[in-house]
Formats: sequence, structure tokens, C-alpha cells
Amino acid sequence: MTSSIMTKYSKVFLKQLYRMMVQIRLCEESLVGPILRGEVKCPVHLYTGEEAIATGVCAALSEKDYIFGTHRSHGHYLAKGGSLQKLIAEIYGKETGCSEGRGGSMHIIAPEKGILGAAPIVAGTISLAVGSALAAKIRREKRVSVSFFGDGAAGEGVLYESLNFAALKRLSVIFACENNLYSTHMPIRNCRPENNVFKIGIPFGIASFRTNGNEVLEVYEATKKAVGICRRNRGPVFIEFMTYRLRGHVGPDDNIQGTRTDIRPKEEIEEWRKKDPIKNFEKYLIKKKILKQKEIEKIRNKIQKKVTLAYKFAKESPYPKEKDLMKYVFKD
Amino acid sequence: MCLRINLKLENMRKVTYAQAINEAIYQTIEQDNRVFVIGQGCTSPWYVGSTCQGLIEKFGQERVIDTPVSENAITGVAVGAALAKMRPIVVHPRIDFMLYATDPIINEAANWHYMFGGKLSVPIVIWGIINRGGEQAAQHSQALQAIFTHIPGLKVVMPSNPYDAKGLLVSAIKDDNPVLYIDDRWLYKIKGNVPEKIYSVPIGKGKRIRKGKDITIVASSYMVWEAVGAVKGLIKGGIDAELIDLRSLKPLDTELLFASVKKTGRLVVVDGGWKTCGVAAEVSALVCENIFKYLKAPIRRITLPDIPAPASSALESIYYPKAKDICKAVKKILKK
Ligand SMILES: Cc1ncc(C[n+]2csc(CCOP(=O)(O)OP(=O)(O)O)c2C)c(N)n1
Ligand SMILES: [Mg+2]
Repeated sequence: MTSSIMTKYSKVFLKQLYRMMVQIRLCEESLVGPILRGEVKCPVHLYTGEEAIATGVCAALSEKDYIFGTHRSHGHYLAKGGSLQKLIAEIYGKETGCSEGRGGSMHIIAPEKGILGAAPIVAGTISLAVGSALAAKIRREKRVSVSFFGDGAAGEGVLYESLNFAALKRLSVIFACENNLYSTHMPIRNCRPENNVFKIGIPFGIASFRTNGNEVLEVYEATKKAVGICRRNRGPVFIEFMTYRLRGHVGPDDNIQGTRTDIRPKEEIEEWRKKDPIKNFEKYLIKKKILKQKEIEKIRNKIQKKVTLAYKFAKESPYPKEKDLMKYVFKD
Repeated sequence: MCLRINLKLENMRKVTYAQAINEAIYQTIEQDNRVFVIGQGCTSPWYVGSTCQGLIEKFGQERVIDTPVSENAITGVAVGAALAKMRPIVVHPRIDFMLYATDPIINEAANWHYMFGGKLSVPIVIWGIINRGGEQAAQHSQALQAIFTHIPGLKVVMPSNPYDAKGLLVSAIKDDNPVLYIDDRWLYKIKGNVPEKIYSVPIGKGKRIRKGKDITIVASSYMVWEAVGAVKGLIKGGIDAELIDLRSLKPLDTELLFASVKKTGRLVVVDGGWKTCGVAAEVSALVCENIFKYLKAPIRRITLPDIPAPASSALESIYYPKAKDICKAVKKILKK
């Protein structure tokens, strides 16, 4: 990050980015204890380490823009304005959750914020995002749709079909690929002949590029550019965000080699810890005198309180009632 | 009470259901160089339970092929390999993910032999694992056996215990047709007697697990164990139920089914899938159509309600049918 980039942004904006990343991190890490204690029962895919992507992308969107997510979407949901309380309540299977306790961590939604759904069938929401862009186009709205998906999803044929159709119809979709180098137990070298997912957009004539997904301002700039392209009806755009999940695939198991799940070299995880998007952004903000250490602590404490309150809300909320088992199969 | 059929106990050890699957794969790959396993997680010691443990170490990457997340293509690849004289086992760690593969399964594999006048068959095992509960919710908990049982040209087996898990997988691999091998993670830790050597259990043959005279309970896969629990409870109440494990949904052992219902005159059909157009509906229809006059009471079905799987354990706890629901249905039929 150069200082010229830094001066482009208001202090307020930079602090907003910082706060959002910290909120996502504290939310994610707060789940570790409850998962280990069995208080949280649903599968939870933590976003720890990837906060800069959701934060930077959503900062470049407006509230009316649409997003679709995956199994690992707490960050997307929060960054797009989803309620933390409703998220934690959902993870606790409570009626006050964003999906009324029917979905759990892997199925979260907030239509009023443009979050049309995050669901865990790999690549399952990519074509849906394209469809939302088609809807916007038919209605002549200047909306952009973002499809978040992982490197693993690039194995599914529906991604390529979606790229083609979106390009053919010049739809305002941003294909936001979060490349964290793993798909469950498989390193990307065992999934793809080469590790440059963004190139799959090129044959379709789609503006396609790769950026550092651990630098929130780079993510923001890349997305702003993509949004601009879309708003000029020059979409779709494909962005590959290079990142790493500091936690393992699911739950707090870090998938370290030599442990039960035996997947990732310890040194690799250590290397990526040095690229922690929050720590690095924090350092810059301090260096540029945008934040002081004291303020950082204040921000963290404030967010921690918000997280604690969300747990209180979730725990005090009622479970869905047995008599309502049938509810929501159809809209009345 | 006899809840097992008579098996020669020599050379048997107690192994888990997951281990039994592992042995079937291991021994068939060892025996037949056309057999290979392909699909997500088959090189992992935990991704598909422990079913694939040790395979990659023993047989290497040509016979044990872990794959990208590409269910449609990978299943098609397996179908193609089967057309070219191999005998692939394609594994889907969750049957929900296999929905991406419905084209190669339903349009291609199921139809190939018929639509080309018998010129080529598709000797493939499509192995889909049901993985329910645990607040995993709608997209990770489905039991989709009925969809595949509906399709002409597909055989469907659903073993309930380690002995059948091994024997039916061996039969499925040896079969010249596409066979859907559907199991359930809830069964993986169940232990039972399994012969060490390779053997097969015939596809299309059910098994009477308990002889009884008052009512017939038909179940398959994990639901057999809920039915076993129900039978035990019913005995205490003086009800003598006969329990049949279908083992194969297609072809279905109507001989065994009809003989039992003719004797008892009453039937409860238990299935882990949904009710509408489900396996239980088919079994009921077969009985009504063929041996209606033997029925002394209406048939009852114990299935999932026609609702997607909820996440919250508060709802999960009433969503999945249990032994007590089977007991209740039996007692209603017997007016007890
Ligand atoms: C169709 C389908 N196949 C397989 C799975 C199991 N699964 C869940 S997440 C995942 C890997 C996804 O990897 P990636 O897209 O890179 O996302 P990440 O978990 O790394 O964020 C897989 C294979 C699934 N949910 N859906
Ligand atoms: Mg990934």
C-alpha cells in the first residue's frame, strides 16, 4: 500500500474498513469456544483470515446491490450489513435467527440488505447471482450482483456456463473468487493444472484479474473498478482474491499436518499469519497516524461488547416451535 | 430374540459398517484390475468416514482417484470408463452433491443399455452417502433414494448392517449394470459379524430379520435399526412383529414382502426419505395392487414429513422418525 493510496481515503472510511474486519474476526473467533463446548451444533466454516475480501468488496457496493454467498459467508453477510445478532441466533438454531433457525451457519440471508442468500452447495449460488443481474437488467436498474465463491467452486461446470451466459448478455455480475488455496482436504495443486483461476474469465471476453485478497484497500480498489465496469454496462467482471483461511475447512480444527485432519504444513500457516489482513492494516493505520494503539483497543472493546450482546440475544431467544415444523415449506 | 439371520460364524469378526465397505473396495480392487474408485475424499482417511482408509497407500493414484469438486464431470468420466470396460466405483461424500451428477446417472448410465439395444452396458457403482442430522439443514441432509429408484435401468441397494454393506458392495461392483449404492453415515460405526474373505449378497433379495405373526414392518438402511428398536418395544407390549429389511430397493424382493404380508395381514412401511412418491409409497402400492385381499387393516407409512431438513435441533428432534413413531403406527393398526 503506498501512501498516495492512503491519502485518497477519509479517516472515517479507513476506520470503517478496520472496524468491519475486526467485527468479522471477533465474530468468527468467538464461535470457537461454543463449537468446542457443543453449544453450537451446526457445521461452521470460519472466515478468519479472509476478512479483507468481504470488507473491501462490500465497501464498494451500495445497499441495493445484490450478493450471494457460500458455506463460508459470515463475513459476506456482516460486511453487506447483515445483523450480527441475527447471525449468532441463527447459528444457535433460534427462531430469531436470520433464517428463523431453519438454516444454521451455512444458510444465511438478509434480503433487505441485498443478501439474497448464502448456501453451501459448492458453486450452487453462482448462476443465481447471474440471474439476479439478469433481473436488474430487465428492469433497467443500475444494480450490481456479486457472486462469492471459492477456488474449489472453479471445479464445477456451472461456473463456466454462468460466465458464458453473463458475458453473452453483458450482465452486471462480479464473479468474486476467494482463492484460499484449499478445497476441503485438497490443496489447489491437486485440483487444477495451474493456480490462476482468474484466467478462466478471459476466453469469454470478461475483464478478469487477480488481486491480493489480504489487503483490504486493494480489494476495495479492484471491486470499485469492477463496479464501475458493470455500471457502464461493460460487465461481467471476474476477480480472483488471493487469500488463506487461518482456520481449517470446518470448525476450529486448523487442518495442520500431523494432526487428525493432516492437511496443511505448519510453516505455511505461519507464513500466512504474517499476512494477517487485520494486523497489517492496523500497522498501516498506526504508521499513518490514522489510529492510535489506544483507539484500537477502544474499537476492539466496543466490538467485543457488541459480540457479547449478540450471544446474549441468541441464548435468550426461543427455539423454533415444534408446531411450526411445516412453516415455510411454501409461502402462504 | 433373533434379529439376525443365521450366518456361519466361522471366519467372521466384528467390524464396523465403514470397515466392511473398506474391505469390499480393497478386496475387489485387489482381485479385479478393472475396478477403481473415484470421487471426492477417497484418498482421505476421514472425508468419507473411514471407508477409504489405506486405499491410496495400497493401490496408488491410478486406482484411487481423488477429484476436484466436479460431480457432474467426474460421474460422467466414471460412466465413460465403464463403457470402456472398466468397473468404476464413483463416490459422492454426500448424496445431496450428487444432484449435479443426475445427468450422467439418469440420462446416460441408466438408459445406455436400453437405448442402444443392449450393445453396451454400464457396470458402474454410484455410491452416494446420506449424511443427516447435526443441524446441517436442507442441502446436507437429504435422503434421495426414491428419486433414483424411480429411474428405469438403475438398481438401488441400501444395506443396513456391516455384513450386507460388504456383500452388496461386492455384488454391485460385479453387476453389469449401474447400481446406486446408498448408505448412511449414521450406520458407519455399527458393528457386526463380517467374513474376512470376499463374498457377495445378492441384489434384489430382502432379508427377514425377525419372524412374527401380528404385523409386518418393512424398512431399509438406517431405519432398520429404528425398526429393531420398535420390535423390541412391541414385544414388551405383547405384539409379535415381523421385520423385513429390504436391502435392495430395486429390484425389490416382492416375494419376501408378499409372503410376509399374506401371513400377518398388516403392514407398516418405514423409509428414511420423504413420504410423497417415496419408497414407502411404492411398497404400499405393490402390496395393495397384488395382495389387497390379505390386508386386515390400512397400511401405514413412517417416513420423513414432506419438509426440507431444518437446522435447529429443536426441529430436528421431531423431524426424523424414530422407533416410537413406528410403535405408535403399529399400535394404531392393531387398535391397541
Ligand atoms: C456440490 C458440492 N460438492 C461438495 C461439497 C462439499 N464441500 C463443501 S465446501 C467444499 C470445498 C469448497 O472449497 P472452496 O470453494 O475453495 O471454498 P473454501 O471452503 O475454501 O472457502 C466442498 C468440496 C459441497 N458442499 N457441494
Ligand atoms: Mg478454497
